Amino acid sequence: MGEAKHTEYRGSVHQRQKELMLKWYERLNEAAETGTPPTASLMISGNCVELLEAFGAVPIYPEVNALQLAIRHQSLEPILAAEEIGYAPDNCAYVKADIGCYLKGITPTGGKLPKPDLVLCNFVGCNTYVKWFEHTAVLTGSKLYVLDVPFLREEDPSQADIDYVVRQLKELVVLLEQITRKKFDYDRFVKAVRYSAQVEDLWSQIKHLARRSPSPFDAYFDAITLMGPLYVYRATPEGVEFFRAALEEMQAKVANGQGVYDQEKFRLVIEGPPPYPYFRTFRDMFAKWKACTVASTYSTVGGLWEFGARHDPDHPFESVALHMLSQNVTNRNYLQRYEQIRRYIEEWNADGLIIHFVKSCRLFSAGQGDMRDYVTKKLGIPTLYIESDLEDPRYFAEAQTRNRVDAFFEALEHSKLTATAV
Amino acid sequence: MSIFERSFEQCQELIADLSFKRVHRWKDQHPDSRVIGYFPVYAPVEIIHAAGMLPVGLSGGGDRMDIQYADARFGSFICSIVKTTMEMGMREHLKIFDGILFSSICDSARNLCFVMKRNFPDLYVDFLHLPHNPSSAASVDFLTSEYHRLIKELERIGGKPITEAGLLQAISLYNRNRQLIRSLYTFRAQKPHLLRAWESYVLIRAGHFMAVEEHNSLLEESLEQLSRRSGKPRDSIRVVVEGAFCEQPPLDLIKLVEDAGCYLVDDDFVIGRSWFVEDVAVIGDPLHALADSYINRAVYSSVRHDFRAPRWEGLADKVKRSRADAVLFLIAKFCEPAYFDYVLFKKKLEELSVPHLLLEFEEKQFTFDRVRTEVETFVESLVFD
Repeated sequence: MGEAKHTEYRGSVHQRQKELMLKWYERLNEAAETGTPPTASLMISGNCVELLEAFGAVPIYPEVNALQLAIRHQSLEPILAAEEIGYAPDNCAYVKADIGCYLKGITPTGGKLPKPDLVLCNFVGCNTYVKWFEHTAVLTGSKLYVLDVPFLREEDPSQADIDYVVRQLKELVVLLEQITRKKFDYDRFVKAVRYSAQVEDLWSQIKHLARRSPSPFDAYFDAITLMGPLYVYRATPEGVEFFRAALEEMQAKVANGQGVYDQEKFRLVIEGPPPYPYFRTFRDMFAKWKACTVASTYSTVGGLWEFGARHDPDHPFESVALHMLSQNVTNRNYLQRYEQIRRYIEEWNADGLIIHFVKSCRLFSAGQGDMRDYVTKKLGIPTLYIESDLEDPRYFAEAQTRNRVDAFFEALEHSKLTATAV
Repeated sequence: MSIFERSFEQCQELIADLSFKRVHRWKDQHPDSRVIGYFPVYAPVEIIHAAGMLPVGLSGGGDRMDIQYADARFGSFICSIVKTTMEMGMREHLKIFDGILFSSICDSARNLCFVMKRNFPDLYVDFLHLPHNPSSAASVDFLTSEYHRLIKELERIGGKPITEAGLLQAISLYNRNRQLIRSLYTFRAQKPHLLRAWESYVLIRAGHFMAVEEHNSLLEESLEQLSRRSGKPRDSIRVVVEGAFCEQPPLDLIKLVEDAGCYLVDDDFVIGRSWFVEDVAVIGDPLHALADSYINRAVYSSVRHDFRAPRWEGLADKVKRSRADAVLFLIAKFCEPAYFDYVLFKKKLEELSVPHLLLEFEEKQFTFDRVRTEVETFVESLVFD
């Protein structure tokens, strides 16, 4: 093969993404210095940020902070600080990085992070979420509320599941009224839900553009760039404006026949979070082979909308509940993830699946060997299984990973050539 | 050896038996009935019993199960109970079971539920969502509805209706079972020289494989015999064991800790069998009573989150109540709930100046030299302090 190639989507949206994320950190800094706006720690997956928006409260996403540190190669120091106070090598490194930052006063931008007015744990499948936020509440002395979301153990949520979440959302409204000393603004809530629905629709349209060949963007590596604004601004007009611009840019690329690579050689689905401490290195391993990701499960942590689900301003509480219950990858069961991958492979026309086992995240990774068995044997799709971590740089074996990636594509190239010859 | 002493040996054999002979025997005697296994930590066994079925507690493969197939399904960094349970399924040890229940204890066990569902399509495999927000007024109603859902499933596979009277009777039987287990623990805390922790452990865990009526008789008889047991106190420190609520440590490890100079005056081994701190009400709606007990009257545990009563306060109370000198954290390798809780437990114990030691174990562990040295050193440091 030729020399390793770098490729990355660098349109105006990329710049806008940076501005929006900086603005978010500025608002958090302002909250730390002045006490306003009110803030609440929140988990990314299956959250109810629309309720916070109704109170003018800003979410703090520890996961975003942790990944920002890792991608800037700054995660090891806080991880070690957390291990010093008793966290085990086997605990999630996202948690350790976040706790370590708190202990050492480290922030991703160097600005201040506020003490959250509320630690709001939206428990959606990830058991680590509950532990993480409980620890955060103990450390910061902030009030904790765990919104318990029943795991999706059947195909769809039952009415009892929806009622349970809605009742808790309404309890949360009362709590937020007490904490923010503001009356719940129902109209503002409905408006936030409407913005979310619009953002979801735009994001979904962008994802569907990856069904084209060549795909105008990489639905793993580039999608991650777009995910920051998705999390922070989903329920806001800035979010709508951002994703509208992103969609237009991608559509223009499609109209011009522009893909991620001048010649897209392989189309992939990737399962699992990326190795953030080696994000660029990892990406280049695929760029070398002009392998474009056309769909990824990780990009549905914030929400799974490409199959049609949306927030609904006509039923705001119920639709927020449904989002938490069934419209994010973490609260869906493992077999539903297999089905999601199957649809991606078939409908996005992929050649292979990459499974990135992440040591920190058992929600994603426990059972991925069985997933590989399903995809290779039942679907007949080549699958590469690699292991590292999303936050802890000590678990990335670069040479070994590169060898496995190269071997996978060599075999895939060979089987494609053989298939063409036949 | 007396009949009583032999019963410990028999219980020991029972819990090590991966062919589930005792369960086969039950099924032979009840050919039209079903057997429902449940993965740790807790399951509403009363509902299974009321369906005329045998609830069987699963606790992994112990040290007698070589993993041939499950590693390929679960990869690295996953605890051994998840792998040995999968292995048991893949090697047809679970054929006697008609169904297996899982619950919301951790991410690995939850994924195992669905992996097993795919791999064993003839088995009824279900996941119970046990609430993590007990402070919500909605949680008891939700759990009651979850139990109604379970009843429908059990009726579907068992074909027999579950009645309110049957549920109330089952609750009474299990209330009795929990009372007896509590008595055993009280006896041990008061007279640890007369009842070893491994002995009470095997007696209690044996209940996983037999009808509750039989287990109640076994426990009653044991308590009766214990009251006549005599022996001299050993020179040991009083220790609470924390962290072994799901995957169980090798029996030899429990014995070793005792031999190294510890009285285990309390522990969380197979804690699901003594899940409630008080009897479940036997009047009114039985499902509501079970749900209400889960939300409001359950033991503290690393897999049950109740922010009204922090778990580290629960541990502090346990230490105080059992007059323990120290806490021994016995944590299964890769057990995330235990390792997370360890940090906050440790913080609390240090505030209270309670010494503690962390030991990691795996189901399949045969060399204990290092552990023995650690425990002995720990004990010495306390004795000669």
